[in-house]
Amino acid sequence: MMCIAVPAQVTEINGEEAVLDYGGVKRKANISMLSDVMVGDYVLVHVGYAISKMDEDEASETLKLWDEMLKASP
Amino acid sequence: MMQDKFDDKSIAARIIRKIRTLSGDKKIKLMHICGTHEQAITKNGLRSLLPENLEVVPGPGCPVCITPANEIDKAIHLSRCGVIITTYGDMLRVPGSSSSLTKEKATCGDIRIVYSPFEAVDIAKKNLEKDVVFMGVGFETTAPMTAQVLSSSPPENFSVLCSHRLVPPAMELLLKGGYSIDGFIDPGHVSAIIGTAPYIPLCEKYHIPQVISGFEPLDVLMSIFMLLRQIRNSDAKVENEYTRVVKPEGNVQARKLMDEVFDIGSKEWRGLPVIPDATLKIRSEFQEYDAQIRFDLKLQESDACGTDCPQCGNILKGLSNPADCENFGKLCTPENPVGACMVSSEGTCNIAYRYGNLAMSHLF
Repeated sequence: MMCIAVPAQVTEINGEEAVLDYGGVKRKANISMLSDVMVGDYVLVHVGYAISKMDEDEASETLKLWDEMLKASP
Repeated sequence: MMQDKFDDKSIAARIIRKIRTLSGDKKIKLMHICGTHEQAITKNGLRSLLPENLEVVPGPGCPVCITPANEIDKAIHLSRCGVIITTYGDMLRVPGSSSSLTKEKATCGDIRIVYSPFEAVDIAKKNLEKDVVFMGVGFETTAPMTAQVLSSSPPENFSVLCSHRLVPPAMELLLKGGYSIDGFIDPGHVSAIIGTAPYIPLCEKYHIPQVISGFEPLDVLMSIFMLLRQIRNSDAKVENEYTRVVKPEGNVQARKLMDEVFDIGSKEWRGLPVIPDATLKIRSEFQEYDAQIRFDLKLQESDACGTDCPQCGNILKGLSNPADCENFGKLCTPENPVGACMVSSEGTCNIAYRYGNLAMSHLF
């Protein structure tokens, strides 16, 4: 399915290629479109390429921000 | 995992209360441009939680659905000439003018499904005596990957039939068309590539509120809330709800690859007219890998975009529901799609067929 982006965790890096863990299933992906990927990072994968790092701190921050936005709104 | 944080019923209830307050009683129409958003909305019954005057409609957000028949005809023609055709699985059942890649495969066409363009390159490396063509389809989420394999010196027998298209110009077409859209839920993963900048001119030109949204049910609800807040304040800006994935600058490397390899063109979309500057074509520097040039591809059976169902065009513009179509669920089903909107798991009719009866959300 070409349109589905899948989150996965980086378990191994070999140059532009990485082994990713999709909740138990391991598969190779290309990480050349991201510059600062490290083992342990969560990335979003589209047709075999990691396109974005998923930011855990940002996720917690988002929920705090939502709380503030909802409180401030009628 | 972090996604679990975005599945909290108490937050959902709070957002929905605010949505009900902010939506007032005037008719409001919001549009999203992504099959995965339609999936999130329909699968979770989110529409049943919204007030009656607030409508959330799907736009042309499924790249499979908008690929014209005449482009599929070219892949079919190449297959009949003995070329190995590789493409994403979703493309196989999309109707061409009179056949489809599935039908060609059944009659001995060498058509192979790939998960990624690098698999298509691997097939070319293993079949050096044959021509291998990758049919590159999709929006900004898949175009950089096609660009990446083209810029990495693929083998000489490899080329690309380029059907990639761009989302923001299609949004502009709909705004120009006067379909009374009051706000856009911008596609999260397209935005992970292109960032926020390409949407800003639409705000300036058409005073349209936009929110880049993630794909959990709470993300979509929150984005609706943020759009209603902009509408209430007469704002028209691009807000980013999906900050845990989308950076304002997008993916710089992916954008660079697209610029290096592709030029902008203008072609028709299935169910829609020619959209200015919404098609990608391979730059002359890479023309040896352009299947269009290598095989001197002419128009095949007809220049038609596809016959499809009577309502396909209106469904892509957010003007009709699948249920308005006389073929829906009768002549046209996921097993035997007549219209392109029924083919892919991201197509509006396919999603409505699978989840349409889920009126109540599991969130409550």
